[in-house]
Order: sequence, then structure tokens, then C-alpha cells
Amino acid sequence: MNILVTVVMRDLRLAMRRKSEVLSAMFFFVVVAALFPLAIGPEPAMLRQIGPGVLWVGALLASMLALSRLFEVDHRDGALEQMLLSPHPLWLLVLGKMLAHWLLSGLPLVILAPVLGLQFHLSPDELALLSLTLLLGTPVLSCIGAIGAALTLGVRGGGVLISLLVLPLFVPVLVFGAGAVQALSSGLGAQAHVSILLALLLPALFFSPWACSAALRIALE
Amino acid sequence: MRWESWSQFWDMGGYGLYVWGSMGVTALFVLLEIWQARIAHQNALALAATEQQDKP
Amino acid sequence: MTIRWFYYAAPPNFYALAGRLWPWLAALAGILALAGLWIGFGLAPADAQQGEGYRIIFVHVPVSWMSMIIYLAMAFWSILGLTFNTRLSGMMTRALAPTGAMFAFLSLWTGALWGKPMWGAWWVWDARLTSELILFFLYLGYMALTSAIDDVRRADRAGALIAIVGAINVPIIYFSVKWWNTLHQGASVSLTRSPSMAQIMLWGMLLMALAFWAYTLAIVCYRVRSLIIERERHADWVQALPEVAGVKS
Repeated sequence: MNILVTVVMRDLRLAMRRKSEVLSAMFFFVVVAALFPLAIGPEPAMLRQIGPGVLWVGALLASMLALSRLFEVDHRDGALEQMLLSPHPLWLLVLGKMLAHWLLSGLPLVILAPVLGLQFHLSPDELALLSLTLLLGTPVLSCIGAIGAALTLGVRGGGVLISLLVLPLFVPVLVFGAGAVQALSSGLGAQAHVSILLALLLPALFFSPWACSAALRIALE
Repeated sequence: MRWESWSQFWDMGGYGLYVWGSMGVTALFVLLEIWQARIAHQNALALAATEQQDKP
Repeated sequence: MTIRWFYYAAPPNFYALAGRLWPWLAALAGILALAGLWIGFGLAPADAQQGEGYRIIFVHVPVSWMSMIIYLAMAFWSILGLTFNTRLSGMMTRALAPTGAMFAFLSLWTGALWGKPMWGAWWVWDARLTSELILFFLYLGYMALTSAIDDVRRADRAGALIAIVGAINVPIIYFSVKWWNTLHQGASVSLTRSPSMAQIMLWGMLLMALAFWAYTLAIVCYRVRSLIIERERHADWVQALPEVAGVKS
């Protein structure tokens, strides 16, 4: 448990030295959320309809921006090899990195989303549900995205390649996450959606550190 | 045979564009794939032929 | 029995086997296709609702099936490759991918051409078509990843991992898209509702499906031989092959 905290704190500390990277993901989210109404029109009824979807996709893309850097810095200065050689289980170290990524790229979006949701005339209930679904969904992105980041370590075109690899896998979370808010708006309950999001999150948390470790070993041998 | 004439066959009851558009593109891609595989094989053979055998 | 399986894991042995098999498989594919097309276009009657237009299913359904089967085969070889560390498994997966991607594309193409006359739109967000689109992306992702990594062995293993992760996701993706599809009332069309099939139509479709299967096996056998020669070209047995010696002289 200690080592998990150590890994997370290390990543957070390193990220704080390059604050611009963390903030740029958040700014990207804000800008994207503003672009859609500008492109489509300010009509409140329509914005309410597309809002959850737009914010979900925006969060997805913003979160993906930081993925290519997940292992890159450690790879460059040799810390990653040290992690592979360390007596601590690799999956635990990887879980720490995934958690740090989420804290830096996912959680801020969860907090920002309700604020941006006001631009789309979403009701307080909808805003709360939006945050909840993002809270459940963004960790999944950190998990699956880390696998993509590990596979493409040091590969040219890494950022776009990660998107191509990870986004199709992320479709179920997107469908149920954005769908939950829409279900709430149309009067149907969203309990099923939230349950399914949880059902997607838990296996992702359990299996992706292991898969990501395998991917790291493949990348570094 | 179902078809009274060739023109009836090509017309496919008005759906000719869609039916032959599907069949045609499928056949085209299959042929392209076969052709591409042949070229790849020839290239592989040529590549192997240029290998210098390092004799100890 | 274990020894027999691993016999063919050696590239020279598989090269010889694939070389013997592919012509027969190709011939089989040709015969089955002719029979299937004869039944499908010559004997099968017009459909009550869709007229002659339904005949697209004689290619649409087989290529859709094959695009899914090929992906499963890729996952199978990937698991084998990561478990036993055999070089040939990576080659098989790479040999399967282009054909699978092609079939996924053809499934989308023929699906669109079927949907337009029947339901008025080139594209509908039908659960099956949408899942097929995502499957097409998964194929592209595999091919992009393996071609982006220079080290062949690393590329094989990375591709194997992404193929397995993708394969696990495919049922999840399919069910989530199906759910999403039924929730949105607008998508009332369903390309999954095939015409009530007369026996003879089913026979035509089955023959075409088998034809595409045989074709896939043939082209993959052929393609993997090229990969073997390319990768193992330093080996003596490759240099000794008559086809290589023939090019040299």
C-alpha cells in the first residue's frame, strides 16, 4: 500500500513541476465544450439534448491528451526499467501511475463538468448525474489508456495511435455514461446505466494493471 | 432459370445498382487482394534472393 | 499428440504445409462460390418484401461473419503466441488482419447498399452496422500498431496484446451498442431482420459463407508463406528453396 502512495505522490510531484501540462488538458476541455454551441447554435432545447454527449466526448479527448506522456518521462530517464526490476509487483506500480493520471487528468474534468454543463442548460439533477458518470467513467479511460500508452512506448505517432487503439474500446463507457444523463432527462431512470458503468469500472480496475504490465514488458525487452 | 433475359438479370427488379454495386466491389476487392498477395510473395522471394550468405 | 502440433510451429514445416494446402483451398473456394452464386442468383426466388434486392445478403452475411471469425482467429493465434512465444503465431495474426479488415469494410459497404433501397438511408446506426464499424477500427488499430513498431518481435507481441484486449471487448461493445440502439426510438430500422428465408436462400447463403471461409484460409496460407520467407530469409532452408534459388539464377 505504501508503494502505491509513493508512486502516486511521485507522479503528482513531477506533474506539479510542469503545471502547464495538467492545465492544458483542462483548458482543452473548456474550449471544446465552448466550440460546440458556437458551431451548432445557442438554442437551449437543443443544447440540453447534446450537452451530455458533448461534455462526455470532450472529457474523453482531454483525458487522452495526457496518455502518451504517462510512461514517456520515466522511460526517458530510466526510471521505468527500474520499476520493471523492482521487487514490488509491477501491476501495483502501474496501478499507481494510472491513479496519478486520473487524479491529474480525470478528476479535474469531473469537477469542471458541472460548471460547463451550465452552458448547456442542464438541470442540477442532470449535472449531478453527469459528474457521477464521469467519476465512474474517467478511471476506466486511465486504465485502458495506460495499456495503449504502454504498447506505443517510444513509437512514432504515439499520441494519435493511442487514440486509434483506445477509443473503440471505450465506446461502451461512452454509450452508458452519456446515455445515463439522457435517460434522466427523458424521464426514464438512470440506475441501470450507473450499475453498468460500475460493472465496467471494476473489471477494468482489476485486469488493466496486469495487462498494462504485460504491455510494458513487451515494450521494454 | 429464373431470368427471362440478360437485361432482366442486370436490372435485378430495379435494384441493379445496389446488388451489382455490392457484388462488383466485393469481387474487385477479392481480386485486388489476390493480386497484392502475389506481388508480396514475389517481393519476398526477391528479397530472400539478395541475401548474402555469410560463410564462416 | 503434442509433438505433432509443435511440428507445424516450425516455419519450414508450416511453409511446406501451407504450400500444399492453398491451391486446394482456392479451388474449393471457387467451386463453392460458383455453386452458391448459381443457387443465389439462378434458383432462389425473389423475396416477398424486398424483391430482387435481398440478394445482397449472399455476400453481406458471409463477409460479416468472416470479419468476426477472422478477428477471433487473430485473438486465438495471439494467445498462442504470447503463451508459447512462437514466431509463427505472430505471422499468422499479421496474415489474417488485412483480409479481416477488408471483410469488415465490405460488410459496411454492402450493408449500406442494402440499407439504401430498403430503408432509405446509406447509413443507419443499426446495432450490427455500428458494431461492425468499431470492429473495422479495431482492425485498423492492430495494423497501425504493428506497422508503427520497427522491431518485428515487439510489434508481433504488442499486436497480440491489443488483439486480445479487443477480442474481449467485442461482445461488450456489441451489447452496449445494441442497448444504445434500442433506447433511441429513431433507430427503428433493423438490418438484422433478414427476410423470412426460404430453404433455398439459406442454402445459397451457407455455400457462399463456406466459399469465403475457404478463400480466407487459402489467402492466409499464401500470405503467411510470404511472411515466412521475408522473416526467415537468413536461414539455410530458405536459401535452399527452389523458388528462391530460381530468382537468384
